[in-house]
Amino acid sequence: MTSAPPAGPGVVKTAPGPTAPPSTPGGRRDVRRVLTRALPLSPAVVLLLLFLAGPIAYCVYIAFTDLQLTGQAESSFIGFDNFRAAFKDDAFLNAVWLTLVFTVLSSLIGQNTLGLSLAVLMQRASKPVRTVTGGIVIAAWVLPEVVAGFLLYAFFRREGTLNAVLDWLHLPSQNWLFTLPILAVSFANVWRGTAFSMLVYSAALNEIPKEITEAAEVDGAGGWRRMWHITLPMIRRSIGTNLMLNTLQTLSVFGLIWVMTRGGPGNRSQTLPLFMYEQAFQKSMIGYGTAVALLLLVVGSLFSLVYMRLLRTEV
Amino acid sequence: MPGSTTLVSRRNSRRYAADAGLLFVAAAFVLPLAWVLLSSVDPKADLLVKVPDGVTLDNFDAVLKPDITFTPLLNSLILCGGATLLTVVCAALAAYPLSRFRSRLNRPFLLTILFATSLPITAIMVPVYALFVQVDLIDTMQGTIFFFAASQLPFAIWLMKNFMDGVPKELEEAAWTDGASSFQSLLRIVLPLMGPGVAVVTVFSFVMMWGNFFVPFMLLLTPDQMPASVSINDFFGNRGTVVYGQLAAFSIIYSTPVVLLYVLVARRLGGGFALGGAVKG
Repeated sequence: MTSAPPAGPGVVKTAPGPTAPPSTPGGRRDVRRVLTRALPLSPAVVLLLLFLAGPIAYCVYIAFTDLQLTGQAESSFIGFDNFRAAFKDDAFLNAVWLTLVFTVLSSLIGQNTLGLSLAVLMQRASKPVRTVTGGIVIAAWVLPEVVAGFLLYAFFRREGTLNAVLDWLHLPSQNWLFTLPILAVSFANVWRGTAFSMLVYSAALNEIPKEITEAAEVDGAGGWRRMWHITLPMIRRSIGTNLMLNTLQTLSVFGLIWVMTRGGPGNRSQTLPLFMYEQAFQKSMIGYGTAVALLLLVVGSLFSLVYMRLLRTEV
Repeated sequence: MPGSTTLVSRRNSRRYAADAGLLFVAAAFVLPLAWVLLSSVDPKADLLVKVPDGVTLDNFDAVLKPDITFTPLLNSLILCGGATLLTVVCAALAAYPLSRFRSRLNRPFLLTILFATSLPITAIMVPVYALFVQVDLIDTMQGTIFFFAASQLPFAIWLMKNFMDGVPKELEEAAWTDGASSFQSLLRIVLPLMGPGVAVVTVFSFVMMWGNFFVPFMLLLTPDQMPASVSINDFFGNRGTVVYGQLAAFSIIYSTPVVLLYVLVARRLGGGFALGGAVKG
């Protein structure tokens, strides 16, 4: 399955492991060495093959069939029909569009920018404020997904807190979950996910040597210029990995949206995971739902490959 | 130094600005949290954040019953505890050869693992459901535990290997000279030395599963087996009008374990957060 890396001098003969006693006959030593190395890996490999690689392979297979949930003894192979049907299906295209909006709004713009801003502000803020804000933002992140969903459901409902605050400020209120559901769930995802970016960026900013920013400050570079010319270039790797992980996480959000809107009203907050679920279970078209899942998996894999390239020096 | 006073005052005013900015965000973020805290003790809770007229524990009393709270929490504990145990044991075993021995398979294996850590697991829930129906694992605790463990394993192995790399090899070599096997040295020397690392992997796996909604929602069907992440849905719909105070009380009970675990680990690691760094590589 795995091919050997490009041949180098040390490739054929692996370095002797520390367990190898120096003078036993070659054959037995090899067997022992293979066992010491392969045996501990085997439980993990078996689990991964059976419960992760297996379903993914199965996913690739049933995406090309017309498998249905009920009343059908066997399914038949229908080639790319599911995919062709998907790209002609307005509901699918709507889900693609909403997924894009949801990801750009909540992950690329929301979590990422807010997380970076919080991390930058925390560098300058006083300790109590830093602790309190950090604690609150992290609490939102630690809470279980469904609880977060309920809290934000309560927040955005017509009779909820947001409208009360808007009334108090004499701003127009509305039924957010009905008028702008995708915006509401995007904000929910920002609320829930910003802590991760904040932690990643705080760690990255702490690694920047103080002398560099102080030198720039003495030289008269203003805050924005220091940010643009010094800080951002120095943390660009963290920005890359953070964007990647946020995006992947956001692509697979299900529970949060399910609790808040069930994808509705109509299908106005139905992102791809919810569309997939609806097709497979509410409409019993497992084959079609899986084709959508496969597309999501492919998009995720592409992001994952980019993420690996960003980290490639470290393996 | 004439410039230094302006620099100091500039820093002070910047600090006030930063404080103001952070407090604004904190105020916005705290409103939903305040709702759950206040509503849980409010005899007339609704969807609005408000100071309750009187404090009552009736909401907690109402939900602290076997069918509403204890059974789902026990199910959560069995599911997440079992899956976490499986994950941590498999990850520790797998990380050992990856960290200790050089082999030409390490790199491809680790790259595969890294790739798998960021796959959107949500996407494969429909085929997993279909597969579980075929092999009769649907609606079983063990099936769900296995899938949970497998989905968490890539990241757990990755984390565990990074922590294990931090334990110096010399200590082990001494044990080997004394005749200890690799397994003994893993158990007696490496794992105890990377205690905080093992704690992070354990707590992180547990917290991820405790909060996961979609996996048990898909793979379990019998109400008696539902963990709290799914049973919380019963507060809507089935019981007619929603009793928000009870929903809030249940949310607090259900969230407390993971919040406590997080605090425990975060404090043990000196307030910093290892995952942020670990995720970067």
